[in-house]
Amino acid sequence: MRDVSLVCLAGGVVGVSFGAIAVAGGLPVWVPVVMSLVVYAGSAQFSAVGILLAGGGPFAAAATGLLLNTRTAAFSLAVADVLGKGRLTRLLGAHLVTDETVAFALAQQDPVRRRVAFWVSGIALFTVWNVCVLIGALAGEALGDTATYGLDAAFPAVLVALVLPTLREQPPVRRAALLGGAVALAASPVTPTGVPVLLALAGLALWRRS
Amino acid sequence: MSATVTALLVLAAGTYAFRLTGPLLHGRVEISERVRQLLAAGAVVLLVALLATGALTEAGGFAGWARPAGVAVAGALAWRRAPFVVVVLGAAVTTALLRAAGLP
Repeated sequence: MRDVSLVCLAGGVVGVSFGAIAVAGGLPVWVPVVMSLVVYAGSAQFSAVGILLAGGGPFAAAATGLLLNTRTAAFSLAVADVLGKGRLTRLLGAHLVTDETVAFALAQQDPVRRRVAFWVSGIALFTVWNVCVLIGALAGEALGDTATYGLDAAFPAVLVALVLPTLREQPPVRRAALLGGAVALAASPVTPTGVPVLLALAGLALWRRS
Repeated sequence: MSATVTALLVLAAGTYAFRLTGPLLHGRVEISERVRQLLAAGAVVLLVALLATGALTEAGGFAGWARPAGVAVAGALAWRRAPFVVVVLGAAVTTALLRAAGLP
């Protein structure tokens, strides 16, 4: 529970920076705010807004965001049993499937604790993320260049904190992740945004069942 | 602006469809323990790739030293089991200080 509140705090910082970056870059306030409610995926939102601001066009923005979010299909399969049996809970729970909520759910061994971890972190993160994006968007014009505050380092740092325990404890996953990361880095100069991360799945060649 | 709205809606609908994959397939397709472990491993691989490219690259090029240095500090703090918010703020503060010192 303490971890969840800390992730919310961190997510809040990232959310404020997302709203601020989008509006400081020239988008109207409603774009980051509505996007956060209906897309609700930090990395895809950052990429889509980045492409919109760089003049890449709405089509490239949507395609990149979708490519990044294909991983949520894998995530939602991984937590399918956590979402419960009811139609409404599954429809609502699906929207809360994010990197962070999946990490929290899978960190629990017991099925009941998994479900609690997913829903508590899911509802808390959704609320905090959207409120903070709104705050950031409203503050965006006043803030100026968000890179000055190092906010672009916050999102990778969130991911570091989430994956490090797994990498520390599971050598097969660690090997796969290191190879995948190397593949993604090698591919990023020569492939469109979003593709390198998907190519990283080649790293699973080094994975075997623990 | 209507093109932006369309892009936003396409992204939202597509993302929600991805998210529904699990709940919809669940119970109809039997997922073995091996596949479940593979999916969990795949998720970690994607996250690590996302963090590596997010830390080091910007639009296909090198992001400069300040951001990866901040993320490295986050890694060191996380390794020492520092609280989550310390890890994230450590990264942002490091990057901000290095930029203030003139590093790109």
